[in-house]
Amino acid sequence: MEDREIKELEKAVEQIWEVALRFGLDPYPTNFEIVPATVMYEVGSYALPGRYSHWTFGKAYHRMKTMYDFGLSKIYEVVINTNPAYGFLLETNSPIQNKMVIAHVLGHVDFFKNNTYFSKTNRRMVESVSTHAQRMMEYEFKHGRKTVERFLDSVLAIEEHIDPYFFIKREISVDEAKRRAELRPRDGRYDDLWHLDKAEREARAAAASPASTEEKERPRERLPEKDLLFYIMKNSPSLAPWQRDAIAMVHEEMEYFVPQMQTKIMNEGWASIWHARIMRELDLSDNEHIEFANLHSGVVSPQKGQLNPYYLGYKIFEDIERRWNEPSQEETEKFGRVGNEGREKMFEVRELENDVSFLRNYLTEELCEELDLFVFELVEEEEWTITEKRWEKVRDQLVSNMTNFGFPYLEVVDGDYNGNRELYLKHRYEGTELDLRYGRKALEHVHMLWGRPVHLETVIDEETTVLHFNGDEHAED
Amino acid sequence: MSIQRNDWSLQRKGIIDQERHKDRVKEAIRKNLGSIVSNEAIILSDGKRTVKVPIRALDEYKFRFNHQKGKHVGQGDGKTRVGDVIARESRPGSGSGSGQAGQDAGADYYEAEVNIDEIAALIFEDLQLPYLQEKAKKAVQSRKTQFNEIRRTGVIANLDKRRMILENIRRNAREGKARFGDIKKEDLRFKTWEEVMRYESNAVVIAMIDVSGSMGEFKKYIARSFYFWMVRFLRTKYDNVDIVFISHHTEAKEVTEEQFFTQGESGGTVVSSAYQLALDIIKQRYRPADWNIYPFHFSDGDNYYSDNEEAVKLADELIATCNLFGYGEIGEEGSSSYRRSSGALLSIFSDRLQNKDRFVGVRIDDKEDVYPALKQFFGRRGVETPA
Repeated sequence: MEDREIKELEKAVEQIWEVALRFGLDPYPTNFEIVPATVMYEVGSYALPGRYSHWTFGKAYHRMKTMYDFGLSKIYEVVINTNPAYGFLLETNSPIQNKMVIAHVLGHVDFFKNNTYFSKTNRRMVESVSTHAQRMMEYEFKHGRKTVERFLDSVLAIEEHIDPYFFIKREISVDEAKRRAELRPRDGRYDDLWHLDKAEREARAAAASPASTEEKERPRERLPEKDLLFYIMKNSPSLAPWQRDAIAMVHEEMEYFVPQMQTKIMNEGWASIWHARIMRELDLSDNEHIEFANLHSGVVSPQKGQLNPYYLGYKIFEDIERRWNEPSQEETEKFGRVGNEGREKMFEVRELENDVSFLRNYLTEELCEELDLFVFELVEEEEWTITEKRWEKVRDQLVSNMTNFGFPYLEVVDGDYNGNRELYLKHRYEGTELDLRYGRKALEHVHMLWGRPVHLETVIDEETTVLHFNGDEHAED
Repeated sequence: MSIQRNDWSLQRKGIIDQERHKDRVKEAIRKNLGSIVSNEAIILSDGKRTVKVPIRALDEYKFRFNHQKGKHVGQGDGKTRVGDVIARESRPGSGSGSGQAGQDAGADYYEAEVNIDEIAALIFEDLQLPYLQEKAKKAVQSRKTQFNEIRRTGVIANLDKRRMILENIRRNAREGKARFGDIKKEDLRFKTWEEVMRYESNAVVIAMIDVSGSMGEFKKYIARSFYFWMVRFLRTKYDNVDIVFISHHTEAKEVTEEQFFTQGESGGTVVSSAYQLALDIIKQRYRPADWNIYPFHFSDGDNYYSDNEEAVKLADELIATCNLFGYGEIGEEGSSSYRRSSGALLSIFSDRLQNKDRFVGVRIDDKEDVYPALKQFFGRRGVETPA
């Protein structure tokens, strides 16, 4: 890309920024980086630049890059939720592609900043993950690459099983608060120079210690625990300190990603709405308009058979705006809508909802029909068949598939099962069975982390079944 | 707000982790040789050097829902109705499905691109040729010329231009300025050759297959994958490997490779016919004194009862002339626990053969059995040559 083009793009960024603010968007300041494809795919496959090393990232990277090399698919943008935010632009993008991407990125950044599910997100995550990477590398150095890699295999097998509202627990934990109070004076490396008064510190430690003996009893009281990662990190009988630290790092990174997993449809819909509107405000030539229209329809076009989150989110936001701008008579009478509140309502929704509540509250009968949504399932193990088109059923199915970001809901119900420190997990069965082959393998990973026999209660063919793994063999009853 | 362009040329993380992934693929291949050995993509590769092979061990296992038992939401073109079939489930092994409507989750194992030579090297690591003998053929030498020396004089056609240029530049450098030009006789360098004598070793594989009515697609496939690796393996050990294809039902005949693997016949089974033909061919074309001989026979073991006596006798004769006689009895697909006790040739052979040292009989019921069978045929055992 030539300097002239970069100058032009700089101008475009300022222009787009102004238009975005005029529309009421409120993003963090955003820095854009122009990068070659290899870097784009690298950032895309790690989801954050500078994360720790693991072969699964290499696999994702290889797949993305191959798809790109063969012209099968292309990522136009990657955006990083930090403050200031980062947007990555592909160096081979055309100027108009870049403008659209910039507008789209600002939509995402506005969402990151204002949606309530992101309110606890660490906005300096890039720094955090690079210290994680550093630590992970030290562990590889100390304990061997293979050892760390195998261990991470197991941790990553259950990485989704964290509690999205983990921060609440963290805030109310009295013991934790005490521990922190005790630690606070030592935040900095040389802070202890400030109070060389040893007696004071000792007194403080003495005050805290009676509580810490009680703390040992605590894990059992808190069950069931949805956060497998956290529970295992705290209570596993077998982990070395570095392993607990590695789990903590993965946990922290998942905490960062969870809001994004919870708001995929909304986030993409929101960004698409605004890139479209912002682009319409820019001075584009006829040719540029056509190119943009093509690009835009590519992003928000329905894909046959599949659900395009961009399209679904886009349509719902548009529908919300319309319904609050021009409420039907029924809506006026029942809900007291006065009209012309569309914009305001959209911003309210972007602030308060996540995908599950978004769909439950705003996917209407008319939209289901217009989008031609349906439920399909495998009939007689052979044909994927449409089995339901009633809109409420479709909506509920969609919502249920999104729950817990599409993963089975597992809980620790006992960390001392059989009085033998065995781990007993329970799958909260809601009508869909587990993939047993995968489940057994994943259970092996759990065993590796726990170090003692593990059990998983689930439902198979409508009967409660417990899968056991003792380190050597699987059993079930 | 800014636009930046940094130098990313030192960014290597993705590439480094891609290497880690490759390591995992290699390791997984090593662990899964059993299923890879009989993979269609390889056996039917038809000269291709790399093929894609599904490798299950590289799945990233998670607790997840059974995709096939779940209900999913999709989007249509506006005209869908309840009862419409939007996709068909692809059967395992029957190639790719129609790839629609979230089926992908069902078939998400990793397909590794593998190089057949690399796989072969892995497989052959554990194999060796039993009773490999230095045959008389050793007397037949072949002359080979090898260009392996450089001299200052020689035939101008054998001028080594690259070296000449180097020498020229070097000489010019010595004289003050490194450059090319002004070639003198002392710059010239010539390649010269040596004559090397080589001893060639020869082997012949006599591949016999039962094409009677009871040999179905699966059984033929098993035989085919076995021969595929066997021939490849022998080629790594011998300079020349001849293969003779014999198919038989009640009669035996020599056929082409293509016929051998594709032809379907029907009728009963007279095993001795094939052995007789093999013996005849050996007598006419492959003197045991000159050739290492490896007859292998695949059948479902359903021989005519009246022929068993003759078959055993001829098998003994074959064994006497050859390095190793292999017999593979292929069962029905998926019937691994099922063993026929009576009537089957394998048990008759193992009871009645005179000379069992050089006989290897295996039972194959499953694709996964091919690799163990190969190991059994070519496993480490008495390498010493009995007098």
